[in-house]
Amino acid sequence: MKARAFNYIRVSSTDEALQAFHGAKDACYLSGGQSLVPSLTLRLQAPDLLIDISRIDALKGVQVRDDRLRIGALTRHVDVLRSAEIARFAPLLKQAAAHVAHPAIRNKGTIGGSIAHADPAAEFPAMMLALDAEIEMIGKLGSRRIKADQFFRGLYETALQPGEILTAIHLPLFGPAHRCAFDELARRHGDFAIVGAGVQAVFDGEIAQSARIAFFSVGPTPMRARNAEAAIAGRLLDTDSISAAQTALSQDLDPSDDIQTTPATRMHLARVLLGRVLGRLKGPTDTGAETQR
Amino acid sequence: MTELVPLSLTVNGQMVHRLVEPRVSLADFLRQDLKLTGTHTGCEMGVCGACLVLLEGEAVHSCLMLAVQAEGLKIETIEGLAERGVIAELQAAFHERNALQCGFCTPGMLVTAHEILAAGGQPSREEIRDALSGNYCRCTGYQAIIDAIETVAKVRGGASASPATETIA
Repeated sequence: MKARAFNYIRVSSTDEALQAFHGAKDACYLSGGQSLVPSLTLRLQAPDLLIDISRIDALKGVQVRDDRLRIGALTRHVDVLRSAEIARFAPLLKQAAAHVAHPAIRNKGTIGGSIAHADPAAEFPAMMLALDAEIEMIGKLGSRRIKADQFFRGLYETALQPGEILTAIHLPLFGPAHRCAFDELARRHGDFAIVGAGVQAVFDGEIAQSARIAFFSVGPTPMRARNAEAAIAGRLLDTDSISAAQTALSQDLDPSDDIQTTPATRMHLARVLLGRVLGRLKGPTDTGAETQR
Repeated sequence: MTELVPLSLTVNGQMVHRLVEPRVSLADFLRQDLKLTGTHTGCEMGVCGACLVLLEGEAVHSCLMLAVQAEGLKIETIEGLAERGVIAELQAAFHERNALQCGFCTPGMLVTAHEILAAGGQPSREEIRDALSGNYCRCTGYQAIIDAIETVAKVRGGASASPATETIA
């Protein structure tokens, strides 16, 4: 299939983008286009105007600022994999990036696009929950920030208002007391996961003081596993506490049926995966800034 | 009515200027406007990898990009890579190892292979397999393709190739 006809404008600032959006009937922002372009081709979306925001300099770059890591929305998945700052200050994101689609998609897709698209089976939206990220956006009323916990509202639905542009994400810095782990189960590497999970925890010695656990591919939005988090909080991370978290997980997730997996299988796999990622927290997290091939 | 957009880009080292419809994918632009039909369109949704081209030296799906997004940028297609001679060893190794049958996926395979090898170092079979995860081949079963790429990697790495894979001169 081919996309329905639309007009196209390339903008160089968010002001210009907002102006174009509000002057159009049915506009769409284009960044990396790795979800949007196939969606246009399949005519799942048929806007009358595409606003190409991929060359707005203000949306680029990764910096540490005021005890926060700021990742510009246009940062590509391959940049997430290669960034020394991300490897050091948000290693969970780097671990997740290796699982995002295939290399050629990672060369074009952007983190802001992935989060704004909010595919419930995507890695980065869920990692925003695990990392307690703040999402920065700009609209015609100005700029605002919102916690990831309040950002994902429903299937492909976020707190972004019509016309608002996701500009950056802000993450607390990974420090010596932090540990993190990511894993997913997929039939083929690079496919959307049947279930995936990321966890970041604060440790005092071997005691997990607190943890944030996020799952994807288990419901209409990425999901926190708050009961599982509570089951390990303040406890020594051992077989008992991990097992308690796995039991508690049934109160957190209620996966629905789909073409490839039954809810019971997916729930089972989620428990297995939780065991694996928590098990990996037993040792310190490697934040070596080695670049991945 | 949609407005045509003026587009200037570099394709295989040559500047190209055209007026294009915004909805035209880079793949269709290359094939239909420029008649560079070595870039294949398979799934047209970023799954099969037959349409891979280099954008500023990095492999991307030309079906997942609009031609207008390439304004001012450098594109290299399989034709350009072949003419420059940079994939000659890969082409020979694919031939030797029987790493293609119908050949539909081959341009995309070669673009991926070129990108892995251009990164330098000696990729393991596992790394080659991982890099090829977005390239579908329905004929060969992939082993021969991995063999071919591994062979070239070893030759380029200067390491002595094992007898089993020492097939190119």
